[in-house]
Amino acid sequence: MAYKMLDGNGAAVEAIKMAKVQVISAYPITPQSTIAEQLSDLVATGELKAQYVRVESEHTALSVATAAELTGVRAATATASQGLALMHEVAGMTSGCRVPIVMPVVNRGLAAPWTLWADHGDAMSERDTGWLQFYCQNVQEVFDLTVMAYRIAEDENVLTPAMVCMDGFFLSHSMQKIDIPDQEAIDEFIGPFVTKNSYLDPEDPMFVCNLTGPDDFTEMRYQQKVGFDNSIKVIEKVQKEFAQKFGRKLQIIEGYRTDDADVVLVALGSMCGTAKYVVNKLREQGKKVGLAKVTVFRPFPFRQLREVLGGKEVIGVFDRSAGLGGQGGPLWSETCAAIKDYNSDIRHYVGGLGGRDVSVRTIEKIYNELLEIKNGTRKEHTEWIDVKENAMDIRQVLKNA
Amino acid sequence: MHDIKHNSKGLIPHGMSACAGCGLELLIRKVMDVLGRDTIIIIPPGCAASFSGFGKETAIKVPGFQGNLENTAASAAGVRAALNAKGNTHTTVLGFAGDGGTVDIGLQSLSGALERRDRIVYICYDNEAYMNTGIQASSSTPYLAKTTTTPAGKPTARKNLMQIAIAHDIPYAATASIYNIADLQRKVKKAKDTDGPSLIHVHTPCPTGWRYDPSKTIEVARTAVQTGCWLLYEYQNGKATINYRPKELLPVENYIKLQGRFKGLTDEQIQEMQKYVIEDFNKCIKRLESVA
Repeated sequence: MAYKMLDGNGAAVEAIKMAKVQVISAYPITPQSTIAEQLSDLVATGELKAQYVRVESEHTALSVATAAELTGVRAATATASQGLALMHEVAGMTSGCRVPIVMPVVNRGLAAPWTLWADHGDAMSERDTGWLQFYCQNVQEVFDLTVMAYRIAEDENVLTPAMVCMDGFFLSHSMQKIDIPDQEAIDEFIGPFVTKNSYLDPEDPMFVCNLTGPDDFTEMRYQQKVGFDNSIKVIEKVQKEFAQKFGRKLQIIEGYRTDDADVVLVALGSMCGTAKYVVNKLREQGKKVGLAKVTVFRPFPFRQLREVLGGKEVIGVFDRSAGLGGQGGPLWSETCAAIKDYNSDIRHYVGGLGGRDVSVRTIEKIYNELLEIKNGTRKEHTEWIDVKENAMDIRQVLKNA
Repeated sequence: MHDIKHNSKGLIPHGMSACAGCGLELLIRKVMDVLGRDTIIIIPPGCAASFSGFGKETAIKVPGFQGNLENTAASAAGVRAALNAKGNTHTTVLGFAGDGGTVDIGLQSLSGALERRDRIVYICYDNEAYMNTGIQASSSTPYLAKTTTTPAGKPTARKNLMQIAIAHDIPYAATASIYNIADLQRKVKKAKDTDGPSLIHVHTPCPTGWRYDPSKTIEVARTAVQTGCWLLYEYQNGKATINYRPKELLPVENYIKLQGRFKGLTDEQIQEMQKYVIEDFNKCIKRLESVA
């Protein structure tokens, strides 16, 4: 065990290295690029014995990794934003072929307009492609969740690829002191990669992913659904083992000071650290607020969320993606579905888009609104919590007006 | 997983569901005869996917993966990287894609694999259009050919895949045709033994899309070469060799009159096509002679 100063990308690289991947295919994209760079360094220096395939796009990056795992080795890639969008077509191939790749996703908004900064719109656009999705609060969690993701994704009852999502720059480029276990302990925890179910081996020929008619397609999708259903128990088991072995306890849904809370905010990612700070601050002022931190978004852990939100009259849900055209964003919709029989007032908030900081002030404002709603002194909430007042005036062109 | 109840000769079973007279079916049998069992094949969706099979059945006795339409070379590169990681240098990795999956949507990933020097064998079976989706033009569809998306004839000439491969200076690239199996198999053997990327671009007539009698597949393929519409050559370690150069090219009309896809061309168009074929043929010969 050793303490290291690492940023989120460095922590992801450390976990990938310790998982002893044998094939890496990566394409650079801000803010993921240092993952691609550091992995190539490890291969060049011989610290990691792996084939590094320097690909020409993210589409190829995931194609190489998928085919490599089918051929029997643990493979790695990582991406962000537009790169994840370009992978979309292959992402369904990976999950449908039950190839359990673990992939860091450094969350960044999608164009247009161009942005380089944190936003969950990229990962949320992939939420139904059949991948597990874990969201990290800090750099330690990037390492821990990536290590756990190998165990979970590769479990024979799950066999489902996993995205480990970290907020661009806020985590990917934020140096934090983290605890790295010994290699032997990680070896014991993750174990060697063994192909199951589908594989490419001349000694035992099999054709993977041919055309499938309506008589089998539903059943193969159902197998994936069962993999997701099974994953919840596997995640709980792996989190427990991880806590016993490494002393850090992570939960599928973390209820932070929710037991006696009057209002609860549901959130994902790095903003949960800020939200915890605000919870403590407001508690000092006698305001009973709590946070439901969603670590696992896919599968959506409705049972765990129901437990945390049980009996709460007013709930806020913070989506760091615009959820355009929906009644609310993806986290809000899932939360509503999870507690549809509860008599709760569920308010939807959107913010932190394209790198806008989800500040202490923003979260305070949300909690205060929720408390006012609870007390009956407020009816409407501010859905787009951090949008500027002049939103409709910026970049207006008057031609043909 | 499933018992094989009938053993057929070769690695492609008998009675698979290709169209009568399919050039591709002949090609894949002859390719697999050379490459043998120790091969992993990558096939994109398209006509070759009929060999991937349907549901619980496959028509290939070697391991295979049907990836996306544009990532045949990428998937092959992934398989190769994994084999290398396991210390397996003996298994051949074959990318087997049509013209659409190669020169259109798959060109980027192919270029990546060629540039990286990934040791894969890439075979493009060129039936000169998207046949599996119903005969739509690709960038390999020849000048003036009618397809369902060029109903008045394709106004532009085909993209030159071999020149693209040669521009990557890969160790081995060749054209071939299904009318000359000996030449084809010699080239497949060379590709298999190449330490690096190799590419074979095979002229593969399609009776359904080109609209000719299924019994004439070989004749159509041969006539393409005799008229200069297809040229047999190879490029190995920086040197080009023309494998067969007709003493005198037959009129292009001999080739187009066999096929419904050129039906209805005016005399002027036929003349234009003749002019184009000769110019292109000479240009190609000149270019190859300069790297001989």
